[in-house]
Amino acid sequence: MAASTQRANTKDAPPIASVLQVKTNASQGTVKHAAAGSQVDSTGAKLAWLVGLLLLLAFIILCSLAFGSRHIDLSVAWRSIVEPSLNSEEVQVIRQLRIPRTVLGLLAGIALGVAGALIQALTRNPLADPGILGVNAGAQFSLVAASFFLGSLSVMASIWWALAGALVATLAVYGLSLSRRGRSAEPATLVLAGVAFGAVLSGVTTALVLLRPQIFDMMRVYSAGNLNGHELSTVMVIVPFVAAGLLISLCSAGSLNAIALGDAPAKALGVRIAPVRIAVIASVTLLCGAATALAGPIGFVGLMIPHVVRWLFGVQQGWILIFTTVLAPVLLLGSDILGRIILPHAEVSAGIVTAFVGAPMLLILARRKKASTL
Amino acid sequence: MNSKSIISLPSPVEQAAAQGIVVPTGRREIQIGLGRWTWHVDRTSALVASVLALAALLTGFISLALGDIRVPFDQLLPALLGDSERRYEVVVRDWRLTRVLLALVFGFALGISGAMFQSLTRNPLGSPDVIGFSSGAYTVALALMLFTTAGAAQIAMGSILGGLLAAALVFIIASRDGVNGFRLIVVGIGVGAMLASANTFMLLAAQRQVAMSAAVWGSGSLNSVSNSVLGPSLVGIALFAVAAVSLQRQARILECGDALAISLGVNARRLRASMVIVGVGLVAVTTAAAGPIAFVALVAPQIAARLTGRSELDLLPAGCLGALLLVSADTIARVAFMPVQLPVGIVTVCLGGVYLIWLLVRESRS
Repeated sequence: MAASTQRANTKDAPPIASVLQVKTNASQGTVKHAAAGSQVDSTGAKLAWLVGLLLLLAFIILCSLAFGSRHIDLSVAWRSIVEPSLNSEEVQVIRQLRIPRTVLGLLAGIALGVAGALIQALTRNPLADPGILGVNAGAQFSLVAASFFLGSLSVMASIWWALAGALVATLAVYGLSLSRRGRSAEPATLVLAGVAFGAVLSGVTTALVLLRPQIFDMMRVYSAGNLNGHELSTVMVIVPFVAAGLLISLCSAGSLNAIALGDAPAKALGVRIAPVRIAVIASVTLLCGAATALAGPIGFVGLMIPHVVRWLFGVQQGWILIFTTVLAPVLLLGSDILGRIILPHAEVSAGIVTAFVGAPMLLILARRKKASTL
Repeated sequence: MNSKSIISLPSPVEQAAAQGIVVPTGRREIQIGLGRWTWHVDRTSALVASVLALAALLTGFISLALGDIRVPFDQLLPALLGDSERRYEVVVRDWRLTRVLLALVFGFALGISGAMFQSLTRNPLGSPDVIGFSSGAYTVALALMLFTTAGAAQIAMGSILGGLLAAALVFIIASRDGVNGFRLIVVGIGVGAMLASANTFMLLAAQRQVAMSAAVWGSGSLNSVSNSVLGPSLVGIALFAVAAVSLQRQARILECGDALAISLGVNARRLRASMVIVGVGLVAVTTAAAGPIAFVALVAPQIAARLTGRSELDLLPAGCLGALLLVSADTIARVAFMPVQLPVGIVTVCLGGVYLIWLLVRESRS
């Protein structure tokens, strides 16, 4: 049945799909993975993995508090959280610098990972990533344009601007890639639309930035993707956005499972596609906009983690979302820690490290035998 | 031509089958040259190319008049020939002429280079930007600019080397039982993202002024090209362009498939290598002088193919359209935000992106 769906899809595809030859179908993935037999199948095993990965996340969080230009003992890091009365210079460093940084890493990691998983599921496109689809470019453009025309922005204002930019970019890219029947967005078209729209936005952004040296300086730091430099109260501002995005994503997991089979089968299963699409796009926008507003455009977390999760744990959306929520912050915080210790005097921004960790992953994916289905 | 296909043109094989194979066109041709070196020019192509070339020259000519000092149009030609007021002569001949000429020549080079790559990868997205050449060139040039005292010539050489290394890397990673177009693009995106991150890191480490000028170069800019660039660029591009034209006929046969090409005595492997060298060489000369200028190589062959209605490799219209695009974009970049001159690459990115978007919208409507 999966094969026939695939064929039907290909026949309906606009000619552009034949150019890129991206044929993706999650149901095909199921067949492949099941045949490979390499993934964790039983619920018990998944729960065991989940516990293990949560422990890993806890360890990474602790490391994120302890490592840096000033090395602090893991035990001190632990005590600075659990003993509010404890006070020393080291504890101050942890509380004022590293806790906000770690919390932002946690939130942004979750947001980017889940957004990636959602958008890959919705578009049935393994390459879908907030970065590639121009969502980050939209948020960045809107931030730059706002500070260009309105002067410096408060943190809250910049979050709203980034959200608006992310929303417009998501809608525009998705709208552009709708096929002539207005029913589904072909994966290849979607990538093209994202690349095209992102290119235009980043071109205009560069123009604005070059016209104002102050904004150039600001964007130079921002565009690298940083977790540091915010107070805890600022970081907590994005919690409601991320929470709302997560909630919507969990509610839509079931429908996304059906959509993974193709639009027609999903309808046959009683899924109303349009509301799911709107919900998912809203959720992606909330998640990416919030993360990008504070941490800058961090790429590859949303691309890579859902892939790893799918390899390991199969294609059930519910599990993908749960495991992504745990693993994405592990990657982002890990990259941030690596960036802190990799060069003795300069910090390497987390966004730069994720590109160096994530891009090879993309290359491996592309080289696999069935590169066209990834 | 199938009106539905926006980015995918009818396959060369279809065309060849429909129109006879060795000279895959049933159209009127003009023959130039003698014996082995006879050059068949399709009449439509020749016509389109001439119109585009004229348009490009005219745009360039008008561009000479525009800027913070306006030269009256009736003074343009006299100023160009050295027969006008001294101040007009300085403005036109010393300040603007080099830049306009370079825009024309570089646009031509990018156009035919894009056509070569699209023929080579059989993919309309095949372009030097996509295979990572531009990012690689920028990375090395940036490193030289920020951390050494290298002069313009060394930066130029370094950027060519960096571009070649990146392109080679992308090709090696992407090749597995041959290079598949989609894989090439994904690998290009991946390698490009890593290099772009490295570039961001270097920009962060630099002083604001240095970083800004590097960012201008990195967007692709003709703002600071000097007369000394003109000669070497012209020679380099002329050589590669002649090589490209001499490969055109074999490349068209190769588009019909390896088996056919080999049976007709084409050495496919060697031809591909030559096409890569010529295509990269053209971009390299441009990048060395002006930095990576985006989208012209991608878009020019596509629009040209639409104008001529031919889908196979067709260098001259693509080149002339590239020249028209770049000289127009550079005029906009120079004049639109006076007194600030934007890098031309920003204008081409916007124009190219808008073009891609327009294609997608048109497809969704049709």
